[in-house]
Amino acid sequence: MTLPLNPQRVSVDSISKIKELSGENIKACMQCGTCTVACPMAEEMDFFPRKVMHFSQFGMLSRMEDINSYWKCASCHSCSVRCPRGIDIAKVMESLRLLVLRTNKNYIEPSQIPKEKLKEYPGIMMVAGFRKLTS
Amino acid sequence: MCETNTTKPDFKVATGDRAILPEGAKTIPIYVMGKKYEVPETLTIMKAMEYAGFQFLRGAGCRGGICGACPTVYRMAGDYKLHFGLACQTVVEPEMYLAQIPFFPANRASYDIKDMSAAADAIHALYPEVFRCVACNLCTKACPMDVKVMDYIAAIKQGQIEKAARISFDCIQCGLCSSRCMGEIPQYHIAQLARRVFARYIQPQAEHLRKRAEDIEAGKYDQMLDDLSSMDKDALEKCYVEGREREPDMAEPGSWQPQETKYL
Amino acid sequence: MKISYYPGCTLKYKAKNLETAALASLDALGIEVEEMDRWNCCGAVFSLANDDLIHMVGPVRNLLRAKEQGAEAIVTLCSMCYNTLARANLLMKNDPVKRDTINRFMDDEIDYFGEVEVYHFLNLIKNEIGWEAVQEKVKTPLTDLKVASYYGCTLQRPEEVGIEPIGKFSLMNELFSTLGAEIVTFDGADKCCGSYQVMCEEIGDNNAAAKVLSAASTNGAEALVTSCPLCEFNLGKQQDALLDKGRITETLPTLYFTQLLAISLGIASEELGLELNDAQVAQLLESKKLLVAA
Repeated sequence: MTLPLNPQRVSVDSISKIKELSGENIKACMQCGTCTVACPMAEEMDFFPRKVMHFSQFGMLSRMEDINSYWKCASCHSCSVRCPRGIDIAKVMESLRLLVLRTNKNYIEPSQIPKEKLKEYPGIMMVAGFRKLTS
Repeated sequence: MCETNTTKPDFKVATGDRAILPEGAKTIPIYVMGKKYEVPETLTIMKAMEYAGFQFLRGAGCRGGICGACPTVYRMAGDYKLHFGLACQTVVEPEMYLAQIPFFPANRASYDIKDMSAAADAIHALYPEVFRCVACNLCTKACPMDVKVMDYIAAIKQGQIEKAARISFDCIQCGLCSSRCMGEIPQYHIAQLARRVFARYIQPQAEHLRKRAEDIEAGKYDQMLDDLSSMDKDALEKCYVEGREREPDMAEPGSWQPQETKYL
Repeated sequence: MKISYYPGCTLKYKAKNLETAALASLDALGIEVEEMDRWNCCGAVFSLANDDLIHMVGPVRNLLRAKEQGAEAIVTLCSMCYNTLARANLLMKNDPVKRDTINRFMDDEIDYFGEVEVYHFLNLIKNEIGWEAVQEKVKTPLTDLKVASYYGCTLQRPEEVGIEPIGKFSLMNELFSTLGAEIVTFDGADKCCGSYQVMCEEIGDNNAAAKVLSAASTNGAEALVTSCPLCEFNLGKQQDALLDKGRITETLPTLYFTQLLAISLGIASEELGLELNDAQVAQLLESKKLLVAA
């Protein structure tokens, strides 16, 4: 798949925002795809981690608005410990989540989860899930 | 709320909830919703605001520091720090910037206590947002009753209902904790539910109370109440003043028994 | 050395079995720990954004409470608590600017500079008494039990807080060898179990968990062992749902490492909290004649 670039989609501001939040040099990514291979959630994602890194390199936040990739990332760090360029990709994914969450948008709504499920979930799951997926 | 004219009335006689001023009281400046008022020192925030002409339609209740209706946020001029208190208990200080928060829109789940159990998962299901606590402790700092709010929220997360009920015992449901919570948690409603669950399902039931409730339900006292309510005022007074057996003050527990034992 | 025990929220409720078995084992091994009298949730997941310091406050508050109580180390059982506490501790040790900001925010607490060591239970028993001493206390060897050690994500990654180097699973494997079990290795010991993502999907759709279970079963494991209540939920309690949806073809009893340790130390089955595990765990242990009554 080609990645069409134009001024409406590419944002220098967004590139620096992602860098600032993640503290990672996303420019260093050479698109080898090791992260995708290492990712246990890749098959649930509509765009693989490599592609998300590519979008991020061009600051294409609007292109990533409706994709699920960074929400499916569970911060397991499988990619981060294998990246040949030393990028902590989990931190990039976290930045993408925060850029949405910090506008007071939730990815999941705790009050919409059926009560029977909430009764079963261990506390650790709700703490972790709400922290990563609610604003 | 509205402001009255600034001529000072005579304060020698206090009526109702009007301010009672000591002789020669000085006035100090306070700011209510950003506007400056000169009020006598030593007044509580509530009385100072009434002195300034505000009338409380909501946001005032017992005036004794226990109903939780008059939570107030204030800040002293020149300082960033927020302080919290009850308007009926906190005394005004010079240069105080005040705002009343009589109500905060905190989530309050509806439930039937009969459907709950001693297990915490029902509380977790009603208030999943409790797991959004980040332990910032702003709730505890905001509490006018010095309840360790963060600690009882921690206990709820751990499923320890009794611990939460005991820590939150002094809560008066004012809601200041919720107003400060970045997790948008309705701490005080959750604590109230924890105390209700504790009382109904965990705390050992008092046997004598249960028996007395049964007696009442069985009609043991109906006749007595009927007799009393059919008396005229004089007879009732006579009964109260002359016919009543009264436990002596400071009697040792269990040392006194009435002679009339029919209703025991 | 005074060691504070930090339980973590889930261990007081849904994962009480992880705790009761551990505390009974420590008692049998003669290691003294003191449960912290005041603690809060660690946050379970470590905050990854540069400016997100508010989420460090939870774990740091626990660390400074341990310091306040005069403890030199804090020990946890839960993998996620371990990971979060250890990473927050590193931050407080190594980043003076963030440390100052966090300390100043917590103006109601003492200052903290990363003084307390964070141990996982596995490290603690290896370092405090060692495998030989454990072996001497074994009363019921786990002979004939084929055990697969499951580490999940948070015991090894990131490297700087891993309880051992990435890809090595010697701490758990050595422990279970010591206890007499047969070790089954499999490709999946450090793969994600699906974590909290289960909240976003239908029950039984957790492919990540299915892969871990299948890999361990294929290699002949009879029991899968974990140290995380979230892993136990995904891999243990959700197995029936995974089976129903055809994502796994056989079940695999999943329990906590502390439960196996307690069993081999001769601790009565009543103290293992087996009623909180999937029913097949007790069946397996009974069939192997590993349970002793009080």
